[in-house]
Amino acid sequence: MQFPILSFIVFTPIVAALIIFLIPEDRKGEVRVAALAASAFALVLSIWVYFAYDVGVGGYQFVEQVSWIPALGISYKVGLDGMNAPLVLLTGVVMFTGVLISWGIDDRPREFFTFLFILATGVFGVFVSLDLFMLFFFYEIAVFPMYLLISIWGWKETREYAAMKLTLYLFVGSVIALVGALAMYFTAGLGTFDMLELERAGFSREFQILWFPFVFIGFGVLGGIFPFHNWSPDGHVAAPTAVSMFHAGVLMKLGAFAALRVGLMLLPEGAKFHMGWIILLTLVNVVYGAFIASVQTDFKYVIGFSSVSHMGLVLMGFATLTREGFIGSGIQMFSHGVMTALFFAVVGMVYDQAHTREIPKLGGFRKVMPMVAIAFIIGGLVSMGMPGFSGFIAEFPIFMGVWKSYPLIAIIAAISIVITASYIIRVVGRVFYGKMPEEFEGHVHDVTVLDKIALLFLSFILIALGVFPGWMVPLVESGVDTILRLLGGA
Amino acid sequence: MTTETLIWLIPLPPLLAFFLIVLFTNRSRGLSHTIAIGAAFLSWLGSMVVFLRAIQTHELGKHPFSASIPWLPLGEGWFSIGVLIDPLGAATLFFVAWTILMIFIYSVGYHNYGQPEGDHDRKGLPPHGATVVDEHGHQHTVPSVEPMYSRFFAFIGLFAFGMYLLVVSDNLLTLFVGWEIMGLCSYLLIGFWYGKPSARAAMIKAFITTRVGDVFMLLGIAYLYSQTGTLNFREILYSQEVLDSLASTPSYIAGLSAAALIGILLFIGTVGKSAQFPLHVWLPDAMEGPTPVSAMIHAATMVSAGVYMVIRIFPLLSAGSHHGALTAPMIVMAIIGAGTALFAATIAVAQNDIKRVLAYSTISQLGYMVAALGIGAYIAAAFHLITHAFFKALLFLGSGSVIHGMEHGVLHTDDHIDPQNMLNMGGLRKKMPITFWTFLIGGFALAGFPLVTAGFWSKDEILADAFGHAHYGVFITLALAALLTAFYTMRQITLTFLGEPRTKAAEHAQETPWTMTLPLVILAVFAVSAGWVGIPEHFPLLGGVVPNWFHEFVGETLLEKPKGVEFNPIPLLTSIVVALGGIYLGWLVYRNVKAGEVDPLEKPLGALYPVLRNKYYFDELYELIFIRPSIWVSEVFTYLWIDRKFIDGILHVVADVSVKVGAFLRNYIDKPVVNGSGDLVADVTKSSGRSMRVIQTGRIQQYMMMALVGFVVLSGIFYYIVQRMGVQ
Repeated sequence: MQFPILSFIVFTPIVAALIIFLIPEDRKGEVRVAALAASAFALVLSIWVYFAYDVGVGGYQFVEQVSWIPALGISYKVGLDGMNAPLVLLTGVVMFTGVLISWGIDDRPREFFTFLFILATGVFGVFVSLDLFMLFFFYEIAVFPMYLLISIWGWKETREYAAMKLTLYLFVGSVIALVGALAMYFTAGLGTFDMLELERAGFSREFQILWFPFVFIGFGVLGGIFPFHNWSPDGHVAAPTAVSMFHAGVLMKLGAFAALRVGLMLLPEGAKFHMGWIILLTLVNVVYGAFIASVQTDFKYVIGFSSVSHMGLVLMGFATLTREGFIGSGIQMFSHGVMTALFFAVVGMVYDQAHTREIPKLGGFRKVMPMVAIAFIIGGLVSMGMPGFSGFIAEFPIFMGVWKSYPLIAIIAAISIVITASYIIRVVGRVFYGKMPEEFEGHVHDVTVLDKIALLFLSFILIALGVFPGWMVPLVESGVDTILRLLGGA
Repeated sequence: MTTETLIWLIPLPPLLAFFLIVLFTNRSRGLSHTIAIGAAFLSWLGSMVVFLRAIQTHELGKHPFSASIPWLPLGEGWFSIGVLIDPLGAATLFFVAWTILMIFIYSVGYHNYGQPEGDHDRKGLPPHGATVVDEHGHQHTVPSVEPMYSRFFAFIGLFAFGMYLLVVSDNLLTLFVGWEIMGLCSYLLIGFWYGKPSARAAMIKAFITTRVGDVFMLLGIAYLYSQTGTLNFREILYSQEVLDSLASTPSYIAGLSAAALIGILLFIGTVGKSAQFPLHVWLPDAMEGPTPVSAMIHAATMVSAGVYMVIRIFPLLSAGSHHGALTAPMIVMAIIGAGTALFAATIAVAQNDIKRVLAYSTISQLGYMVAALGIGAYIAAAFHLITHAFFKALLFLGSGSVIHGMEHGVLHTDDHIDPQNMLNMGGLRKKMPITFWTFLIGGFALAGFPLVTAGFWSKDEILADAFGHAHYGVFITLALAALLTAFYTMRQITLTFLGEPRTKAAEHAQETPWTMTLPLVILAVFAVSAGWVGIPEHFPLLGGVVPNWFHEFVGETLLEKPKGVEFNPIPLLTSIVVALGGIYLGWLVYRNVKAGEVDPLEKPLGALYPVLRNKYYFDELYELIFIRPSIWVSEVFTYLWIDRKFIDGILHVVADVSVKVGAFLRNYIDKPVVNGSGDLVADVTKSSGRSMRVIQTGRIQQYMMMALVGFVVLSGIFYYIVQRMGVQ
């Protein structure tokens, strides 16, 4: 048996969470150190496994299988392919940088990191699961701590409302998807939750057409699909910085990814039937999110709605059912994850100093925190799809795919690029340039070294992917081949 | 070193300079500009070597310099990026290298290198001058050095990198990368003095407007790639098969071939970048940037890039054309180009700001090139692109020199007038002789002064082509525009340099330092001589004396070398008459303008004058039909109505109803039983979240319990269903 690297990645956070929980509450320093060590360990493992994946061979690698409830055909089965490998890496990156920028949390850090790490295990688990039951199991593990993290450490004004809204949306979404999944399990009659087997179950066309919307929309809720996106900006805003990073950076990908894995890959005929109208929903996402982002005055809401817009692009890429669309979406999930983590980190840093997120009240922050300004601008360029940054590598194939199947939608969706540029430069101009209000002079300071490391790391990834896309695109492509095979070479 | 290696290296020095200045030398002004100019010089040197090798290569069009490396794996193979220098590329490289180097040198003087630091200068605002005390104890106010001197050189370095990248690219994607880098730099540079609200507004306007064009261009690129599987110029533009298949494939829009639709989409990119109607509004406002920036953006590089791109893809635009018939994109270009040429020229007549006149003139001249390409005058368009780059860079730098001289006068006399308003000038020929003579040369080239200036030859060729191929509408429009061009150019020269000074500041204007005048002189040489390489063979007397080298050389870029038009005296006479007539009229009307007088045209033009002065109210119109509605749509319609009222409204109603249902069930039906989870959910759903207050007491165990309960409940449901339905 080979070294169970994926299990190590999945369970490192939760084991770390247990260890952290055993540390006495008042030893906050030790808690932080333990958290950093664990997240660094998970990061190293995820980088290692990412680069150890053999693109030439393709398919699922590092597969582990342990039977769990044989009577029901439930087993712990994990594996890595071209679609989830970037997401595992993404989770490692966000977890590590999230810990770095949460160093300053002084309100019960022990519990905070415990919940955050439980969440991380859930996220890793969903990404690598090859068993439908385990996927749901990890999914719930990821969703529950979110509620606690937001309602305890969140922004006082809206945290209870937002946490509840988020939990209800996600819970309802997952129940809808679960119904679809159970339907698949029983109809297949194979007595197994193994997704690789279910792929070959040969569901009838009628069955697929009936159940596809349940699964896709159910998970799509977590991906922020219109009109079920409303939990996400509220949730992002209410959450503490590291949780926003996780939330927008990783958790939303969970929805998109599960919609792909369970919806599209298991019910390909259903996907072909329904994508015509689903792409319209995603179009609304893309344009509508950008429009709303452009008029928000709360810095964090701007980023929150921009996430709705960018996640719409991910789902739109899926909905094209083209090779280019899938490749673009696969990269967009990673690129947007890193970018939005960077954005929320920056918002958090500004808020910590200014104690307000109202854009008209801010200004001139470039002078005191130059690196934060540069990092935000880099993120902004990614979000505008500027060539040379990862956003372009992701969005160009998506638009190509959309154009192939629905040129009119491509044109309308392209409007969002202009609007995105407008709100990003508005934020850059107002928050980082312009005149600093009197009351901030002398009271606002630069961020810590740890914050800078986090920003530098995230910016580096965005540029590295933009300039040398060769370290990710072939990998995602190999994953896309699998999907296209299931779709019948469409 | 092979030529190909050299081409790879050309764009790099300015990029390196950008990083060096930003990271290391931004505190030292001298070091920063030395690095930047050194880098521009290296790129210039490389470009000249490549250019010389290119013109010595036999049949460069068939065997261009090219090399590529794999970069982005897409579809079946790798997407390669690489460099390509064919005759068109070589000619473009030539003028880009010269103008960029000149602009870099000029910037040293323009930003007052060597002058003292200002008394009250702040970053983000233009320098206001410094007080110095001379040996006699007199106080003088002199120009002060730009507070963000080093940063300026860093930005223009990055900008130069973008332009070189665009020129040497062998594919649309890296061309687009260079294109976007320039867009970003123009944003940063227009807003260089970000302390001025007008500059901030202009930077945003420029970026967003060009971005609109870019988006369509991106779609065009995507469409082209999905049709052909490549974006490489050689594989598309040099291959008759690919062009034919694109021209015969129907597109999504009825009646248009794929080639036509791609062509139109790409052309919209040019409309944004080269400020053609209706996306022209950003360019005049872009004058808020420092003058060398205006020259960079509006003459040598960015706006030229738009036209360069359409010239580059001309085989695609004309694909499917039979016997000189115009294709759909060509018709679009002819109409938009000719229309813009005339439209912008009329606005230029009524502007008083010396730089704004040039801005509208640029829009108008770019329209010329676009129209020329639209009627299939490929070589004439390329020729005008090059001559225009030289004389327009000269004019922009010259106007900067004038403003600089005027500012000196303003500081000296403490007479606070607008140093850019031409009505405040007059008589500067005596104060600033070098600036005057070079400006005169540039102005005459722009006006198309017959025989000696470059502008005459290139403009004449466009008119001859239009006439020769019987596109009379385009011919007349462009001839009218040429008349207006000559008129407003002479108006500018007369108001600025001739007559007597109209203000005290103009009396005390001073010639600028050599770093500024030297580039003017060099560019003036090109503004004259660049035309001699393209004298048509059949031109009376002069034709054939100097071979029509440009036609031979650049013509090779196309698969089928275009034929020159037959000589016809009508267009020649027309271009001579409009040029001389316009110049004479301009001098006649404006020679006697006195201090404090209004524009002599204001009365005779009547109601038309304010319309022209206010640029046909396009800014106001766009505000009304685009900006306000889009704010309304985002703020009121989508956010407030749909997002907050409708979607959230439904959610809240559901929550409310479930609370009420819960209350109803509890109070009237089954009080003891529904005390559990259902009620909990309903209760906390209410946005007040009363029950959540318990959480703030910090009893972590409770949360853990909640999580556990939730999980157990979910698993319970699951297990129940599984059991109930049985395992098959």
